[in-house]
Amino acid sequence: MKKNRNIFTAILKNLFMASISLVILIPVVMIVINSFKDKRQSSSMGMELPKVWHFENYATVIEKAKLMQSFLNSIEYSVFAVIISVLLAALAAFVLSRNRTKLNRLLYYIIIMGIAMPINFVALMKVMQSLQIINTRIGIILLYAAIQIPFSVFLIYAFVGGLPVELDEASILDGCNPLQLFGLVILPLLKPVVITVFILNFLNTWNEFILPLYYMNDSQSWPITLSVYSFFGRYSSDWHLVCADIVLICIPVVAVYLLGQKYIISGMTAGAVKG
Amino acid sequence: MNKNKIYPVYLAMGALILYGALYLIPGVIGIGYSFTDWSSYSKKLNFVGLVNFEKIFSADNEYLFYIYNTLKFTFFTVTLKTVLGLAFAIILVKQIFARNFHRAVLFMPSVLSLLVTGLVFKSIFNPETGLLNSLLNSIGLDYMAQKWLVDPVTAFGSIIGVDVWRGAGYIMCIMIAGLQSIPDVYYEAANIDGTNSLQSFWYVTLPMLLPTLMVTTVLNMLYGLKVFDIVFVLTNGGPGRVTEVLYTSVFREFSQGKYALSTAMSSLMFVVMVVVGYFIIRMMSREDVSE
Repeated sequence: MKKNRNIFTAILKNLFMASISLVILIPVVMIVINSFKDKRQSSSMGMELPKVWHFENYATVIEKAKLMQSFLNSIEYSVFAVIISVLLAALAAFVLSRNRTKLNRLLYYIIIMGIAMPINFVALMKVMQSLQIINTRIGIILLYAAIQIPFSVFLIYAFVGGLPVELDEASILDGCNPLQLFGLVILPLLKPVVITVFILNFLNTWNEFILPLYYMNDSQSWPITLSVYSFFGRYSSDWHLVCADIVLICIPVVAVYLLGQKYIISGMTAGAVKG
Repeated sequence: MNKNKIYPVYLAMGALILYGALYLIPGVIGIGYSFTDWSSYSKKLNFVGLVNFEKIFSADNEYLFYIYNTLKFTFFTVTLKTVLGLAFAIILVKQIFARNFHRAVLFMPSVLSLLVTGLVFKSIFNPETGLLNSLLNSIGLDYMAQKWLVDPVTAFGSIIGVDVWRGAGYIMCIMIAGLQSIPDVYYEAANIDGTNSLQSFWYVTLPMLLPTLMVTTVLNMLYGLKVFDIVFVLTNGGPGRVTEVLYTSVFREFSQGKYALSTAMSSLMFVVMVVVGYFIIRMMSREDVSE
């Protein structure tokens, strides 16, 4: 009797999870299928397969949406912002974690306060004007780097705490200066957490579109998110092209997700659970 | 050895300067600007006292309604994501067919751009051609078909639905980690005392999971109060202003050149978040408490 009930609940659980996964997957499949249809068939956005597979939709959308330019922009912004944020955050986390004076503790708390703090976009415009980096590529890169710093410092700080201090002492005795100690000894040991932070920051920057919405007027320097948004505005009746556009913007993200799933989940759940 | 020499504070300066200049300082000087009449229409800036805040809290304007919407969004997304995330986690922490597949699929929406998610659901919710209504029609549930994002009655719920679709998997992952950290001996002990599965959930799982639940609640709250992207893409506050939340309103005032009002609303949020942030820091740095 009890065994029967167990089998019953097991079947129920499996069915439940399968239907939940289906709910997540259907929209994704719908976009991929419709990206290969022609305009008429895609206007109903159904789940049936394309009558004729239109692979040329992708070429059309790359040309019409000027996708190459915004794709390169996104790469440029993400790569530079991620490198800057990871490097600066690692340096800061290293010093603040190793040397926990009263001042350093306060600095650490002020930095990770940024995990909660919202950005004041209006006043930020003023600051960027006075620094003369508004509407510039370097401005948006620095901005992207700045907003990643709190969470990056938080993750790396915890990791540095787990590295033995004896390493530092030995390296100093061997004649390292602080920067060499960081670059030659600590940074290589930080590899796991740095990969995590690198991936998370890349995904965040790639997906972000509020900051350029506020601060980038020139469509030539738009990242891919914003160009998809404006493409949708102009071609909202051409769902086959919009779908192709969406697939293209998601490919890098999904690829990174599939390759780095372990790092992403460990990073995004870190700090949340401490045994 | 002298710690200040081995770990000189100047190495942290890069991060501090960048973060300070582009994150912290705008937040602080924004509070100052919220007491002025700053706008794109005039070059002169005048001190006007509490006028902007009076506008926000006045019953004649709709700002209080936007704040109410923000709180409503936060409340429902926190509740739904927590309940669903926990349910998924409890099932997927045990052995089940295709467990890793389910986990990967459920987490996936959290890495997609909110913009993309928004556009996709704009299509799904389309009253004439959308997948949701055609699905309901094809299984004979015509009466359930709605003008999801267009109808003021269903618009807000639809946005919440999309956000839960996107965010529940992330919460699930945190919950799984939390569940795994509960030692088996507690369950064995409860089992010996003769508890059924509901009782062991109530008396073992929930109390042991409390810290995790606190963290997920705070994370969801932070996200909910700051929500912008998904509302902006799905309805942009419409129909009318029914789904307007705080940050879509901040953006609207900003793009209309009403900078002072916009920064006043941001500053309100800033103060609230700093207070919430204080508690988060307390929670996230629990390791320091024992020192």
